[in-house]
Amino acid sequence: MQSGVFHTTYGKDMALQQSSWQKWRLGLVLAALLIFPFVADNSQLYLANTIAIAAIGAIGLNILVGFTGQISLGQGAFLGVGAYASALFTGRLFELFGGTGGTPFLVSILLAALFTALVGTLFGLPSLRLKGLYLAIATLAAQQIIIWIITHTPKLTGGESFSLRPTLLFGLNMNQNGDFRFYWLLIPIAILVTLAATNLFRTRVGRSFVAVRDRDIAAEVMGINLFRTKLLAFAVSSFFVGLAGALLAHYRLVISPDRFEIGTSISFLAMIIIGGMGSIAGSIYGAAFITLLPALIESLGRQVSNIYPNIDTMLPYIQQGAFGLVIILFLIFEPEGLAKVWHNIKNYFNLWPFSY
Amino acid sequence: MAQLSVDDITLRFGGVTAIANVSLTIEPGQIYAIIGPNGAGKTSLLNCISGVYKPQHGRLVFEGQDMASLRPYDIARLGIARAFQNIALFRGMTVLDNLLVGRHIHMRSGVLSGMAFWGRARREEIEHREIVEDIIDFLEIEAIRKQTVGSLAYGLRKRVEVGRALAMAPKLLLLDEPMAGMNAEEKEDMARFIIDINQERGITCILIEHDMSVVMDLSDQVAVLDFGRKLAEGTPDEVKANPEVIKAYLGEELAIEHVE
Ligand SMILES: Nc1ncnc2c1ncn2[C@@H]1O[C@H](COP(=O)(O)OP(=O)(O)OP(=O)(O)O)[C@@H](O)[C@H]1O
Ligand SMILES: [Mg+2]
Repeated sequence: MQSGVFHTTYGKDMALQQSSWQKWRLGLVLAALLIFPFVADNSQLYLANTIAIAAIGAIGLNILVGFTGQISLGQGAFLGVGAYASALFTGRLFELFGGTGGTPFLVSILLAALFTALVGTLFGLPSLRLKGLYLAIATLAAQQIIIWIITHTPKLTGGESFSLRPTLLFGLNMNQNGDFRFYWLLIPIAILVTLAATNLFRTRVGRSFVAVRDRDIAAEVMGINLFRTKLLAFAVSSFFVGLAGALLAHYRLVISPDRFEIGTSISFLAMIIIGGMGSIAGSIYGAAFITLLPALIESLGRQVSNIYPNIDTMLPYIQQGAFGLVIILFLIFEPEGLAKVWHNIKNYFNLWPFSY
Repeated sequence: MAQLSVDDITLRFGGVTAIANVSLTIEPGQIYAIIGPNGAGKTSLLNCISGVYKPQHGRLVFEGQDMASLRPYDIARLGIARAFQNIALFRGMTVLDNLLVGRHIHMRSGVLSGMAFWGRARREEIEHREIVEDIIDFLEIEAIRKQTVGSLAYGLRKRVEVGRALAMAPKLLLLDEPMAGMNAEEKEDMARFIIDINQERGITCILIEHDMSVVMDLSDQVAVLDFGRKLAEGTPDEVKANPEVIKAYLGEELAIEHVE
């Protein structure tokens, strides 16, 4: 029986996947991810892709809120910054100056993420003086200002809606059979982001983020420059959020300001609350949960529609009600989120049958 | 040359004078105790030394450098570490990670190399993990190294608090009531650790402590604060014999165990 995990070197002790059971589990997940696109239909692929993008964004938000303790209500707008920036870089920015060219897709999403990091850092400046609720209000202002800018610069952003050129990757049109093709792009990027964020929090900078969250004065007395660290957290967080936004834009090909409103910020906060604050895995669980919940309710609704014919008109309300209810239930019963639930289940079986 | 000289500092909070014209000289290698009743200004003095508060008047000089313009994170880099009176650990982190934060100023890796966890970042993590494990062995907290500090008993947390400061490899260690609330056995352990820190690691210690027998045993020099003023300073024997100290403080307090 496995009574614990022991290590002979610190290098091994730091490895991410420690027991052979964990390696097996990882292998199974990867195998499932490889098989999935060949057995799933387009709407299922669409959900998987949406989850991958949401997971990248939720990891970004969790870095700031869950790990560094800086509340942000501006997530939606930062997604928008990434989306519009990449849309501009791949085309319209050139058209504005009479050109026809565009930045290659991969370069463009990277630039868009960097640009969002810059904007995020700028709107992180109030975190020097503001904490908690006051910082939340300041980021709400950021949310409104950014959306205002997007809707009031139609030359740049197309105003109501913005159509992108098809996404070309090494000459391949990614938007043809888009759900399938994008899957092979989005899943690897989501995996890379997950790895990068996990690594971040087992090294120097990530620890300084958590230190600032837990005890800012003690962190400062230990040599951590609070302001620089908070700004860095805003930058890293916004980088991933911007990346998610850029990917969303190229996947959907049409973007409009209403996708990036405060409601989006709230959904992302819900993801990390339900998934688990300060947990990378939790960000992914939360992204999956919040993406699947409305889809699940809709398909349930369709099944009972011959019994309750009016269910269609009520669906949006049921979805919103369920959304609110789930957040409240998690806040009350499992504030550490799905990550904690999963952790408890694993622990139970790790020591099974002697789990008391 | 004095390692730290506190020169005539005064610290006020609105109408309250927490420290009034206090001067102290701490020599390298000393265990320097600061005693005094509750509210005497002991913690405030440490806050001035670590830069959390800036005195309105007077000067602090550490190894020849004026500290007036230094922020707390600069002072950490000069080699001053602190264990807080009201435990200020990073609750959500493991013991190991708390101590590794102590290594922050000695590490280099940034966001990108950290995310890659490759090359320097990885080497650096292993190298500093070894240093931290030494401290964990020294403080005899091997068994709890992977526990989240929020779940630890009070006495252990105090020990981790000292370990985290020690991980900074400071030249001067500020210990604010490291034994408060401990039982006799835990106090003895802590006293032994402080002696080792001072003698084997050669770290100067400023020790705030209410337990007089501990203070008299451990310290080379003692300063007595009362209502923000320095009442007396000298070797433990001198201080014990000082009539003012006996009158104002030791007289009633010596026999009484402090309960925090
Ligand atoms: N941040 C603050 N704001 C206002 N007053 C303060 C502050 N910090 C300390 N004081 C006041 O300064 C005086 C000295 O407090 P300090 O904490 O330095 O005492 P102490 O000697 O450490 O006491 P104890 O033995 O209880 O720890 C007290 O009157 C206290 O109320
Ligand atoms: Mg005190």
